Amino acid sequence: MKLHRITALLYRHMCLYKRSFPRVLEIIYWPFVDLVIWGFITLYLQQFKAALPNFVLFFLGALILWDVLFRAQQGITISFLEEIWSRNLMNLFASPLTPGEFLAATMTLSVGKVLAVSCVTVLAALAFYSFNVFVLGLSLIPFVLNLIIAGWCVGVLTTGLIMRYGQEVEVLAWGLVFLFQPISCVFYPMSVLPEWLQAIARLNPAAHVFEGMRAVITTGSFPASELAWAVGLNAFYLALLVVWFHLMFAACKEKGLLVRVGE
Amino acid sequence: MAEPIVQVRNLTKRFGEFTAVDGVSFEIRRGEILGLLGPNGAGKTTTIQMLLGLITPTSGEIRMFGLPFDRHREEILGKVNFSSTYVSMPQALTVEENLWVVARLYGMDRIQARVDDVVKRMEMEEFRTKVTRKLSSGQMTRLSLAKAFLTDPQVLFLDEPTGSLDPDIADKTRSLIKEIRRISGLTVLYTSHNMREMEEMSDRIIFLQRGRIVAEGTADVIKARYGETDLEEVFLKLARDQSASVSRP
Repeated sequence: MKLHRITALLYRHMCLYKRSFPRVLEIIYWPFVDLVIWGFITLYLQQFKAALPNFVLFFLGALILWDVLFRAQQGITISFLEEIWSRNLMNLFASPLTPGEFLAATMTLSVGKVLAVSCVTVLAALAFYSFNVFVLGLSLIPFVLNLIIAGWCVGVLTTGLIMRYGQEVEVLAWGLVFLFQPISCVFYPMSVLPEWLQAIARLNPAAHVFEGMRAVITTGSFPASELAWAVGLNAFYLALLVVWFHLMFAACKEKGLLVRVGE
Repeated sequence: MAEPIVQVRNLTKRFGEFTAVDGVSFEIRRGEILGLLGPNGAGKTTTIQMLLGLITPTSGEIRMFGLPFDRHREEILGKVNFSSTYVSMPQALTVEENLWVVARLYGMDRIQARVDDVVKRMEMEEFRTKVTRKLSSGQMTRLSLAKAFLTDPQVLFLDEPTGSLDPDIADKTRSLIKEIRRISGLTVLYTSHNMREMEEMSDRIIFLQRGRIVAEGTADVIKARYGETDLEEVFLKLARDQSASVSRP
């Protein structure tokens, strides 16, 4: 893996964002709108709260953390789509760039996107609702890292599918991640799910992060077991999906799809 | 005789029932310009895409610089580049930014000096800071060629490189290719539908039809073999002959 090839891709995307106001807006706009709407809904529902303490913390914390996962996924998938839209895939993969370096670059980009989005949502939550996500304390760091990796997993999966099935499935870049939202238990505890769905949710690393977040809010203790599950599952899925991506890449070269995607 | 830089043996590519390239074998020696001729769908672009590692051959072997391509992809592609009228570059980046990205991808040093040099050689000074989406098709082709020359390749695959250039720039581009070949021993695989250009540029020509080599040799040898004085007439004869027999020296 060569650093100069990874930084080449980072430079390419920095140039793109530097010159494209709509792309910058896309990073800021939706998280901001989401936060404002959910924030006011949360404030409204709080008037009827009975037994649920830390109502704002539950919902706004969850919303901000969900956006971490979503933007980490988008960072990978949208970067790949940018190459399709600009018909640049041939230039990239006829160079010494490897699929692994491509993924490494898009993962780095996704971290940049997460940081940008997080700044917006954290500041907006503070300004509009006096909500400070850092009340979650140091546990926020492993939560965020695990959500980034969970986002990478969904991003690699989505990108592999788009590479294999072409722009017809481009919509997955925005939609697939929401398939995982119900079993990520973002806004509700896992216990509200039916038993069979709980079994599936336990295999989702994001669900353990959100369970952990709620444990920190309600008990103040650090949920080490939830974190261990999240780390283990993330490591397993990421390794599996990176191997799968390489197999998809090889299959696309075999079928001649790499030169046709985007046509 | 110079050593072969590109060696292709029994290269075949099938997409399901369709055979795009069928048992093609050829060599390109150091400093040689090999022309690849053939009608649309003959397998020229698929052959080049296999040589660039973008498509995996069904069977056969590709060796470059004496190394098998499948096991030395990165090392080989670092010394190879291509230009094609069918491939674009990121539209939101300026010409200069795009060249910087390419230079970084190939691990070049002294990037600004290299970019300045290729911009000057390709007469791109007036639009070097222009966003790529605002380039004319001729300027876009020049950018694609500049990208190919920028990395000092030892092997260059040029797929209809002068297709949308005006005669002046096309002529200068051909001169530049020949000049680089003379100085550095550049090895080139060249496709074009311009027969005059093909004759002018190529040391040898391979004619592909339906994925198979149906004629091979210098332009003069091929013309003599088919009793024509014009390569275009040979092209028409071969392209229209559905059962063109294999004719190799």
